[in-house]
Amino acid sequence: MLKQIEGSQAVAEAVALCRPEVISAYPITPQTHIVEDLGHMVKSGKISPCEFLLVESEFGALSACIGSSAAGARSYTATSSQGILFMMEAVYNASGMGLPIVMTVGNRAIGAPINIWNDWSDSMSARDAGWIQLFVESNQQAVDVHIQAFKLAEELSMPVMVCMDGFILTHSYSQVDIPTQADVDGFLPPFQPRQVLDPAAPLSMGAMVGPEAFTEVRYLAHHKQREALNLIPQQAAEFERVMGRDSGGLLKEFECAGQDTVVVTMGSVIGTMKEVLSDMRDQGHSIGALTLRSFRPFPIEAVREALKDAKRVIVFEKSLAVGMGGILANDVRMATRDLNLKVHSVIGGLGGRPITRANLRRMFEKGLNDQLHNIHFHDIRIDVVNRELEREKAQRDSGSIAENILHDVGVVAAAKTI
Amino acid sequence: MPYLPESKQKVKFYQTGTFTVGNRLLEDDQRSVQATIDRSNSLDSGHRACQGCGEALGARFAIDAAMRATNNQLIAANATGCLEVFTTPYPETAWSIPWIHSLFGNASAVASGIAAALKVKGRDEVRVIAQGGDGGTTDIGLGCLSGTFDRNDDVLYICYNNQAYMNTGVQRSSATPAAARTATTMPVGKQPGNAFNTGKSVPLIAIAHQIPYVATASVHDLHDLELKVTKAMQIHGARYIEIFVPCPLGWGSIPGDTIKVARYAVESGMYPLLEGEYGEITAVTKIRKQVPVAEYLKLQKRFAHVFKPANAHQLAELEGIAARNIKRFDLLSREANANE
Repeated sequence: MLKQIEGSQAVAEAVALCRPEVISAYPITPQTHIVEDLGHMVKSGKISPCEFLLVESEFGALSACIGSSAAGARSYTATSSQGILFMMEAVYNASGMGLPIVMTVGNRAIGAPINIWNDWSDSMSARDAGWIQLFVESNQQAVDVHIQAFKLAEELSMPVMVCMDGFILTHSYSQVDIPTQADVDGFLPPFQPRQVLDPAAPLSMGAMVGPEAFTEVRYLAHHKQREALNLIPQQAAEFERVMGRDSGGLLKEFECAGQDTVVVTMGSVIGTMKEVLSDMRDQGHSIGALTLRSFRPFPIEAVREALKDAKRVIVFEKSLAVGMGGILANDVRMATRDLNLKVHSVIGGLGGRPITRANLRRMFEKGLNDQLHNIHFHDIRIDVVNRELEREKAQRDSGSIAENILHDVGVVAAAKTI
Repeated sequence: MPYLPESKQKVKFYQTGTFTVGNRLLEDDQRSVQATIDRSNSLDSGHRACQGCGEALGARFAIDAAMRATNNQLIAANATGCLEVFTTPYPETAWSIPWIHSLFGNASAVASGIAAALKVKGRDEVRVIAQGGDGGTTDIGLGCLSGTFDRNDDVLYICYNNQAYMNTGVQRSSATPAAARTATTMPVGKQPGNAFNTGKSVPLIAIAHQIPYVATASVHDLHDLELKVTKAMQIHGARYIEIFVPCPLGWGSIPGDTIKVARYAVESGMYPLLEGEYGEITAVTKIRKQVPVAEYLKLQKRFAHVFKPANAHQLAELEGIAARNIKRFDLLSREANANE
């Protein structure tokens, strides 16, 4: 059914269609609307039977899901930013125990300085935690991918994180096709856990494992993620058969084949990029794009295959490994290491910095003209950076970097010009 | 008094007026769960607890009592700690009940999740216990525990309080008593051992949450412990029981003295046994014959320094703590008051 709704509301409706049995919720911007809507649906009886736990922290939120999932209930939570850091111990624990929890991450920057706007620092911090991480580009895809996430998680006994850009998707209204309950029921069978806490058949879960078995246990986690590389496209195809809609699979190419330059990215920014790239191609440039839906597992073979004819790759990501550079870029380099490819790592959109058609176009043109560095900070004001570096050189007690820079560029600076 | 090694201690079998040897004199339904042939042995033999471990004893009695009270329909969530480690390295387990260990600080939240799952599935007959040591309860697990209390989730949380982080090598927790030596509160300097006027009482914090039932118990009175666990399992909602469990290794007490140490802690006033319901203290266990605080402390090397003349003020302050407990909770029985 077509609806004009907010991204968060669409996700809540999708989760509701999956018949969750336990939902735990702790408020953090920008995921809050999702659990607010779910809370409404549980309280009004629209989702039933379902327990909605209002927990004291994100650590408690995921821990409650660990308990409920271990007791055989389909379990869901959502978080963002600091929240995922606060629950990090439980993030690793949930995957280590093979509990198929589904969690939405409304992607948001991590402080300090505190910042509520979008980038991918939060889910990137959990990229090695053993969860499947699926990034979505639109609210329609958010709906479709959540439904697949439960099936994928339960099939593999592995938790899945659905990563959607905070505000850009969570708070934007768009037309979304919400599947029917019958279609979702047909696609997603009831949860059958591999092991369950039950007095009828007592077992001990989560006990200690020593050096004699730990390597094999970790290897199997890796092996299962590699299995997901087959399962994700299979389930996407099945979903398309049932719902009549393509929802991405492992990755999606946009006029990528045969182009000299390919832009690689994830999440919602592809929407703006597609317009820019289409214009550029119309003007004779050989440039296309590739967007990853599955970041963990990382589809090494599929990325290599998609990029095998390219001469230059521009990896655009809203994340930064401080002291190293791009995170997605490094994984792309790994996937294409035997190709004769130039890979530029472009880091942009941090903390919600607007990514516009104009600034993307300038950056892409730099790439085409061989003017991009190996690591390029998109739309950065280097004069502002240099001013701060000078201040620090001039005086030891130079104060807060964030505050100093805002004196130069923020509303304070603007007021000075009045 | 020089202390006799365990093998030289005199074993006395006389009726003490408590239930310690009087089980056979009781009606069948009042007898200890451990005295019945159909006890569940939920925490079975073969685990790796130290000799004289109060926690192993307390857990065995508590969980078996809960099993009887629930007709063996029990699931337990365990915090990281001694109890978790000595009972379960894979592939072995000493637990014959469904049992999960997740993390150090989340046992109560995991238990809340299990309880939620059972509710959704209509498994009303199955009950949930969370358990951990004092570190996992009073420090790292307090946030989640408070959440479980706040929501009044149908979980009994049992804290086995041995007053320090024993599993990591006896470091101070917020349940460590004043003056006690731990690896992080060594008996050196002007105020040897753990600082005075620190720490917290989670039983009182639990009562402040106005949950249906809170109790403290001790392994010296296992019948009382069983009764409190049984009572707790007859109530729905969030419940908290803290069990005083001496740790011979951490406290420097003789393994054969675990029961005696626990009894002296209670009967000196250092560890009051109380019950609370919906925000009010409803009962206390009276002390019939008050044990001098020094007699309790003397059994444990962790307090050895308070008997040095230079630290006499510490002994006096500890006696003051016991006196305040006795006054605050009205712990002395009429006959003990008459003896004063």
